[in-house]
Amino acid sequence: MTEVKIAARGVQVYYGDTHAIKDVDVDIEDKTVTAFIGPSGCGKSTFLRCLNRMNDTIDVARVTGDIRIDGEDIYDKRVDPVQLRAKVGMVFQKPNPFPKSIYDNVAYGPKIHGMARNKGELDEIVERALRRGALWDEAKDRLNEPGTGLSGGQQQRLCIARAVATEPEVLLMDEPCSALDPIATAQVEELIDELRQDYSVVIVTHSMQQAARVSQKTAFFHLGNLVEYDETGKIFTNPEDSRTESYITGRIG
Amino acid sequence: MTDATTLDVPEAPRKRSLTTVDSRTQKRNSAEKRFRAYGISAILIGIFFLVVLLGSILFNGVGAFQQTFINVPVYLDPAKLDKNGERNVEDIKKVSTFGYTPLIQNAVFDRVTELGIDTPLDSAKDMKALISASAAAQVRDVVIADPDLIGETVEFRILAASRVDGYLKDRVFREDLARDKNIDAVHLDLTDALREAGVITKTFNTDFIFGADASESRAEQAGLGVSMLGSFFMMLVVLILSLPIGVAASIYLEEFAPQNRFTDLIEVNISNLAAVPSIVFGILGLAVFIQFAHLPQSAPLVGGLVLTLMTLPTIIISTRASLKAVPPSIRDAALGVGASKMQSVFHHVLPLAMPGILTGTIIGLAQALGETAPLLLIGMVGYIATNYPDGLASGFLDPNSAMPAQIYEWAKRADPAYYERAWGGIIILLVFLLTMNIIAIILRRRFERRW
Repeated sequence: MTEVKIAARGVQVYYGDTHAIKDVDVDIEDKTVTAFIGPSGCGKSTFLRCLNRMNDTIDVARVTGDIRIDGEDIYDKRVDPVQLRAKVGMVFQKPNPFPKSIYDNVAYGPKIHGMARNKGELDEIVERALRRGALWDEAKDRLNEPGTGLSGGQQQRLCIARAVATEPEVLLMDEPCSALDPIATAQVEELIDELRQDYSVVIVTHSMQQAARVSQKTAFFHLGNLVEYDETGKIFTNPEDSRTESYITGRIG
Repeated sequence: MTDATTLDVPEAPRKRSLTTVDSRTQKRNSAEKRFRAYGISAILIGIFFLVVLLGSILFNGVGAFQQTFINVPVYLDPAKLDKNGERNVEDIKKVSTFGYTPLIQNAVFDRVTELGIDTPLDSAKDMKALISASAAAQVRDVVIADPDLIGETVEFRILAASRVDGYLKDRVFREDLARDKNIDAVHLDLTDALREAGVITKTFNTDFIFGADASESRAEQAGLGVSMLGSFFMMLVVLILSLPIGVAASIYLEEFAPQNRFTDLIEVNISNLAAVPSIVFGILGLAVFIQFAHLPQSAPLVGGLVLTLMTLPTIIISTRASLKAVPPSIRDAALGVGASKMQSVFHHVLPLAMPGILTGTIIGLAQALGETAPLLLIGMVGYIATNYPDGLASGFLDPNSAMPAQIYEWAKRADPAYYERAWGGIIILLVFLLTMNIIAIILRRRFERRW
């Protein structure tokens, strides 16, 4: 049993009058890929965005409950969301590189966090991040070309490289492959598996096959409730809840 | 089986060929054709009016860029200009323009006799109608600047009278002479003769672009230069104030302000302000800046402040629109790597919105440049802009006019020579507006980046 990285207790999220997340308790383990699955609108992305307080940017969103990373309450008044997000990186559904060069895309995070003292160190960080993002071989000769000129799959790997450049401890991925073709998806999935050695990865996905392929633990959300959370193998072969079974077999969702 | 064939089978709907057009499709197609015809005729009408407008502006205004001059050598008589003979500038300054007028008239008359032109005019005084009233001042300025010229004969290019100028530009006709007290047929005959002799010439008029305005009776001397400077200082004030205030306000409203009734109210009011008639801003400026704050009247600073108020809504609206157009995924990306809200705005959103902001600002400035009504109320219309400002401070604080105000002023004056100048002023103003718009397009092209 690996140690618990993120512990959530009694988390409620409201969007205005809508009760989007209802009383979710979950323990996310370190150095593990955790998949969130569920039908559209079930709240899995919303919950994911609670973990690095991206919901703060939405005026009407309100989060209550207790989410701790390494035992520290991230909704504590003293916690600066900016520091939190350096520690909890995020990759989005649609690849969203900055309209700048590949180098600047990766270097931006380390720059604003003051992680490099000089150009040499920054170069090293960028190279390391691009290697982690499995993009170094393709990008090393075109670091000064715009990141938006890459293909979709390359862009998404660039975004992953950008996210790991700040050396986060947790990596959140919100449907990272939904805009990619099968080959690019396979590359990203392989990358996720590698990232597991250093990070705790949480991935939201619509594809149950993907969840089965990449994750060790799976959480099934339905209508804002966390229905079931267990080893991935158990969820897909022997779910306890009838709703999970219905979803996995394709009867709801 | 045989029974079935005898049954009355209802006729199946006839299959239509794709090559024949049915009546519904025909109707739709002709509706589309009609709509296109409307569109094209609307555009043609628009182009027609534009051509008429530009054509009439050019036709009427181009005359202002030419001016008639009389080229004569003037003998600067020491007995008249410097009685003490000491070449002391103070002494020379005591001689007013009345002292110079006879010298110029003599010079022109001498030239006429020298050329042997046959004319019933037999005295130097009769030359008065040919020469501009400002010619004496022109010569006097040269003499004061260089007193050593006194006693010599100097070649001068003096301004011809407005009527002579008008005669050469087909504005004054011989048929109208009966009603004109300023000139008669004899003088026009002389003008023709002098023109043939090359004494009277029509050349490009740089003074119209860079010169100062003149009093009502000296249309030939009036120029747009000083009021151009007035406009320049006003635009400086507008740019320095409205760009930072407008951009800061829109960034705050768009990116930071909470969505509530109060910000909604502000938003609605900004949109309303953009539609407020500019004269309202003028009277506000009169009340606040001049009567309350006691800033000087007719000063470009006050004009600039008033135009800033008028330009702000335009800049805020266009800046907010271009901030809105930046995809939210860019903000998410920046926040996702741990940028603060402000870093995400200033490092990523603002550079992407820059082309739109610059375009909006320049369009706002161009609007302000052509605005006349608010200047009416703070005294910039009606002020005769005859003096160049001596420096930066006086540029902002000394009374001045502005280009559109100057044009309005000229259009209002009685002498038809001013009518031509008003059109000419419009041409210069349009050149400025066109330049600003071109700059806006270039900036937009240069800063535009895809995402």
